[in-house]
Amino acid sequence: MCACRCGIRVHLRNGEVRYIDGNPDHPLNNGVICAKGSSGIMKQYSPARLTKPLRRKQGSERGAGEFEEISWDETFSILGERLGKIRATDPKKFALFTGRDQMQALTGLFARQFGTPNYAAHGGFCSVNLAAGMIYTIGGSFWEFGGPDLERSKLFIMIGTAEDHHSNPMKIALAKFKREGGRFISINPVRTGYSAIADEWVPIRPGTDGALMLALIHEIIALGLYDREFLVRYTNSGQLVNLDAKHDEFGMFVRTEVAKEEGCYDPQNKLWWDRNTNKPVVTHCEGADPYLLGEFKLSDGTKVKPSFQLLQERVQDYTPEWAEQITGISAETIRRLAHEMGITARDQKIELPIAWTDSWGKEHDTVTGNPVSFHAMRGLAAHSNGFQTIRALSILMTLLGTIDRPGGFRHKPPFPRPIPPCARTPNHPNAVQPNSPLDGMALGWPSDPDDLFVNEDGSPVRIDKAFSWEYPLSVHGLMHNAITNAWRGDPYKIDTLLLFMANMAWNSSMNTSEVRKMLCDKEEDGEYKIPFIVVCDAFHSETTAFADLILPDTTYLERHDVMSMLDRPISEFDGPVDSVRIPVVPPTGECKPFQEVLIELGTRLKLPAFVNKEGERKFRDYPDFIVNWETAPGSGIGFLSGWRGKGGEKSIRGEPNPNQWEMYAKNNCVYHHKLPRSYQYMRNWNKGYLEWSQRSGITRYAEPILIHLYSEVLQKFRLAAQGKSITRQPPAHLAKRVETYFDPLPFYYEPLETQTCDKTKYPLSALTQRPMAMYHSWDSQNAWLRQIHAHNYLYVNSVTAKNAGIDDGDWIWVESQWGKVRCMARYSESVEPGTVWTWNAIGKAAGAWNLSPEANESQQGFLLNHIISEELPPQADGKRFSNSDPITGQAAWYDVRVRIYKAEAGEPEQTSPQFAPMKPYPGMKERPSWMAYFGGGKKKGGAK
Amino acid sequence: MKPAFSVIFLTTLLGAGQGLFLALFTHQSYAAFGLLPMQTDAFYGNGSVLVLLFLGGGLIASFFHLGRPERAWRSATKWRTSWLSREVIALPAFMGVVFFYGVAHLVGDRHEVVTLHSGLLINLSFVLGVVGTLLAFTLFVCTGMIYACLRFLREWNSPLTVINYILLGGSSGFILAAFYSAVVAPDQADFFGNWAIIITLLAFAGRGASLVRNARLKPKSTMQTAIGIKHPYIVQRSMGSMGGSFNTREFFHGKSPAFLRAIKPAFLLLAFVLPLMLLALGMFTPALLGVAFIIQYFGLMAERWFFFAQANHPQNLYYQTIG
Amino acid sequence: MTQLALVIDLNVCVGCHACVTSCKEWNTSGSAGPLCDERPYDANPTGTFFNRVQTFEIGKYPHSETLHFPKSCLHCEDPPCVPVCPTGASYKRKEDGIVLVDYDKCIGCKYCTWACPYGAREFDEKAKVMKKCTLCVDRIYDMSLPENDRKPSCVKACPTSARLFGDIHDPESAVSLAIREDGGYALMPEWGTHPANHYLPRRKIKLKIHKDELERADNPLKVDGQLPKPGKGESSMEDVSAW
Repeated sequence: MCACRCGIRVHLRNGEVRYIDGNPDHPLNNGVICAKGSSGIMKQYSPARLTKPLRRKQGSERGAGEFEEISWDETFSILGERLGKIRATDPKKFALFTGRDQMQALTGLFARQFGTPNYAAHGGFCSVNLAAGMIYTIGGSFWEFGGPDLERSKLFIMIGTAEDHHSNPMKIALAKFKREGGRFISINPVRTGYSAIADEWVPIRPGTDGALMLALIHEIIALGLYDREFLVRYTNSGQLVNLDAKHDEFGMFVRTEVAKEEGCYDPQNKLWWDRNTNKPVVTHCEGADPYLLGEFKLSDGTKVKPSFQLLQERVQDYTPEWAEQITGISAETIRRLAHEMGITARDQKIELPIAWTDSWGKEHDTVTGNPVSFHAMRGLAAHSNGFQTIRALSILMTLLGTIDRPGGFRHKPPFPRPIPPCARTPNHPNAVQPNSPLDGMALGWPSDPDDLFVNEDGSPVRIDKAFSWEYPLSVHGLMHNAITNAWRGDPYKIDTLLLFMANMAWNSSMNTSEVRKMLCDKEEDGEYKIPFIVVCDAFHSETTAFADLILPDTTYLERHDVMSMLDRPISEFDGPVDSVRIPVVPPTGECKPFQEVLIELGTRLKLPAFVNKEGERKFRDYPDFIVNWETAPGSGIGFLSGWRGKGGEKSIRGEPNPNQWEMYAKNNCVYHHKLPRSYQYMRNWNKGYLEWSQRSGITRYAEPILIHLYSEVLQKFRLAAQGKSITRQPPAHLAKRVETYFDPLPFYYEPLETQTCDKTKYPLSALTQRPMAMYHSWDSQNAWLRQIHAHNYLYVNSVTAKNAGIDDGDWIWVESQWGKVRCMARYSESVEPGTVWTWNAIGKAAGAWNLSPEANESQQGFLLNHIISEELPPQADGKRFSNSDPITGQAAWYDVRVRIYKAEAGEPEQTSPQFAPMKPYPGMKERPSWMAYFGGGKKKGGAK
Repeated sequence: MKPAFSVIFLTTLLGAGQGLFLALFTHQSYAAFGLLPMQTDAFYGNGSVLVLLFLGGGLIASFFHLGRPERAWRSATKWRTSWLSREVIALPAFMGVVFFYGVAHLVGDRHEVVTLHSGLLINLSFVLGVVGTLLAFTLFVCTGMIYACLRFLREWNSPLTVINYILLGGSSGFILAAFYSAVVAPDQADFFGNWAIIITLLAFAGRGASLVRNARLKPKSTMQTAIGIKHPYIVQRSMGSMGGSFNTREFFHGKSPAFLRAIKPAFLLLAFVLPLMLLALGMFTPALLGVAFIIQYFGLMAERWFFFAQANHPQNLYYQTIG
Repeated sequence: MTQLALVIDLNVCVGCHACVTSCKEWNTSGSAGPLCDERPYDANPTGTFFNRVQTFEIGKYPHSETLHFPKSCLHCEDPPCVPVCPTGASYKRKEDGIVLVDYDKCIGCKYCTWACPYGAREFDEKAKVMKKCTLCVDRIYDMSLPENDRKPSCVKACPTSARLFGDIHDPESAVSLAIREDGGYALMPEWGTHPANHYLPRRKIKLKIHKDELERADNPLKVDGQLPKPGKGESSMEDVSAW
């Protein structure tokens, strides 16, 4: 249901859901449950449920919402035939994009087996900057893969965090942290949700977090408040960077010859300048202590500097006074924040009596912690400068010595992983071949330009242009551009688009009005520009109207699910955790879990993973697949890590266990592999942990994962753009872009859209966030939740509003350079004056989600996405870049600039734009005019 | 508060009925002392029927206010604590007495109960009349106290509330009595008409006094006490539900402040000024008195609407903003 | 005598509405249920809820606070809603102080709501009777539930444990302790209703930094400090004085 995946218990009465509560034995939520979880009944029995496979009626226009019921047999034969043809000719003409589901390991496997590179989930328009910025720096990131250790933290700084990331675990930890006397500072343009209970709220202008981070780094370095010992041993701060501008290796670490180990990922062959001997030495050699500052000359005359010196030089001009002008936070406050962080980290050190051995063999009696922790999410990520901002944040956390240490940031397995992690996409178009699986992963982690998935001429292979020179580190893809690109035929046309749980005709698209037109647009010959669209969803979303074929999905109460280590698991700091869902009620109508659809399709298409050598069905169904599928024959690694081995005696790795589901069921549906305490900290450099992780197949390599204070990966791209490297080089028109943004040290630049628009005309930043009582955009069909949020207002600082002549509750226009929407204004004192914001989960198209066309959601609720573009204004050559981070392709939702003004007196008091109301489809329940739910009992009401 | 039409009808109809009964029995008492000519039994008996019609109308209206009218009988059980329960007892008791009072007249019962030293002859109808009068006042007090006892509703929490229920009901009833007698016993219309003028003037004064009092009221509960935070600037941003709730339906009149402002002079005009002018014309013709009663009745409905609408419940502090 | 109550900690409430819907969910199918919803999928949906979370803003930007404020029946020790009820449907239990409505006796006159300054009761428009928070009386004494589950649904759901539940007459209970030590207060004390439910205020943690903490001998900059060394041929005082 929700990506937090708390453990729930569903209580039935006479086969009907009586209530749902939190599972007290679940490590994630310890028995608590949120508003959404508690309203699960209204989701399960919602009249917005789709219950039959549906086909667009012959002769009806796409988007008109005219459907007819068909059988699953017919559905599979339509799909099998169409996809079979595509696979036999050009597999990339099939694109599979999924929303915030929890089965990316399976959907990714299906796409790869099919042979298409055109697969991604929603990460590109969610928070890929956060994942990439942190993983490329510290080898792990927030949320599923790591987070603040609030149990032992003393100072917690939350920056740009929406209310639902992370949900219950964050609430539990935050409350406990506050009760135990921790100090909580929130940096955010808006004060709601978590920020409401902060001890201090520091309002900041959107998109300027990078400037703040850099100024904090400036102050911390200037005052010597960094953890030198940590930087020396666990980061690349002391490593010497080649500064010979004429050298091919300019800006790279100087390397020396060392004996190369078999299967080594990151050989320990860089140099320090040793303080004791005043000579260059191999890093981490016994007794050496490197200079972090200074400039040195190697014996061959090459000028070198430790990377920390370069960082210090970089932040030299990023003073608090400089940042004040950009962020709106006073220099005094910035200094104080830096001092609070630095002094807490230094003076409140934690020493845990845990012995461990580091990767270089040194034994430590204790684990040290500097109790300052951070959490950040889309507020930092959803800007086109987000990657470098998050690099800066990761470096700030590193300077304070807080990585995988008590009270700081802690990893959750399978992270930390090497920087970057090992998965790679193919790097050549030949990887896509008819009737063959894709030769590589559809999504991966490029480590240099040779890893890009591009054609000979440097043009993208993927429909969303991910892993191309335009967005080289787009590790989650660019789903937000898939439809526009396919519609335009740039880089090529596709045939079939399969969308799963992704509301691309509404909430999940930028430029929604235009995207809706693209979905229906036709070629001159009358064929749709995107010829065939398949939508799998459990509900009557806006996107279903644009489908040619609708596959009714089950709810989370009706199917088997796995929260797998191969996907985004629910691990804890102390070890891997995965879990399962077991159906508690039968599927509604003819709903079929999407997993079953994929396995059936995979079998019919004879994709190798799903059939045996004879081409016969290998898996009975999804539960059978989960138990028996292995990453490679005999690898012992599958979707679930608990109770493996024939009798369930093994964990993490082991032969398939036919009774694995039953064993999960008996154990609260969750497997928690608690690591020994000596493996719970310092895991980037923890020999024991890394070797265990390698043995368990969690990571491929066991070398230390040094923190990339200075990013060689980025420098490699920059060198390529400068024509210096022996790797591939970008097409000429992209060289400048790559050279600019691939800076190995963090820097601040104004968000790209802001650079292109007239800031005096559009003086305000517009943001969205999702309320805690709504998950993504899915809960307006929930009769209880929609009473809490029936429509949304634009929240405006009261002074800003008064200056614009706007009263509390007035109808207003919000206009960006891309268009305008009409909505209602609500005064607020909890928003920075240069920012306006709204809840993004609530505004709906009329009639969608089987709400009445008069429902508040469509009449008073509004969607800001209409005025956020998926592309930047055209370049001089007419080409358009995605409105995204130039490094990762992260959708820059929060870059949009707007102005607001009062609607004219005679205008309708109704949201604009409006769309023709959607109709209910065959098989959907009628909306009752009232109801009185009484689960499984007689006291039941409900009428038309 | 939201003015419920069932309650507006209930209280105005009961008031007119009670006032009419008081007028009739006042007349009978005057007559018993020989101050006025005793009227026929039909005059008092038919008058009682009229009283019962108004009371019955009120009773029926009251049922529309109940979610579960079939259980209305239960509401008589908590008379020790609840003014509403007391009203529920007082109303049928009063109606019963009025019924027997009317019956006593209509069957022409002249049976002497007792003769006082002064030679005053007390018959059954007189005894019933005295009891009825006490019950009429009891009912007025119960009705008034239902509102006056609610200390949170400071506009109501005053003796003026009870006094005004008595005076407004009396005014309405005496005008009705004047109209009734103008039709069936024109020579008695002066008596009722003059009393009607006096009571209406008193009611005007009483209601005026409560308006003045209410205008000066300072709310006892504030945003600060409602949520327990000391700060001069507290604003609600969300009441927790957007499509309305019982709390937004029951405690708000749902009309604009301008409407509320307009109702006040309107009811003062209709309930007091115009009826007084019509009465003061001194002609006491059936037509004029009928018009006076009807105009005043509308005025009283407006007055009652305003009575509810003006009462600002402290719970409203929690229900100010949809967001 | 026992007085059960909720103590709500505004210091940690993030306004997630978990208490709102977990309450609705438990009670709609429980002894107070069903709790009706009108126009559930149409304009202006509305229904009976026993608990709401409201939001207030305190002060003007930038010195503003956002306060999330859950509100349900406060189970007053001297509940004004009880004596006004004409049928006795509204009552306060002697054994635990919970204020309840007997749905079989309620005639739906709504008079009790007029007598409640907090707006804590909600009329069920379909059952036509008054309803309100029961402190999950059909849960907290249900011996078929594990002990840990014998608490009001909202308390069990609350992700920030902002809702404490217990006997405020027992001076040693967690709720009494919280009220005593964390400044628990009652709403609208001016009416003398003595609400059993209490609220705990925001409590701020600050950090004091002394100036000398910024200038320490172990400053790492000193480790790397490379004092400028003059070249060998450069001029020095020794060039001129030799005494």
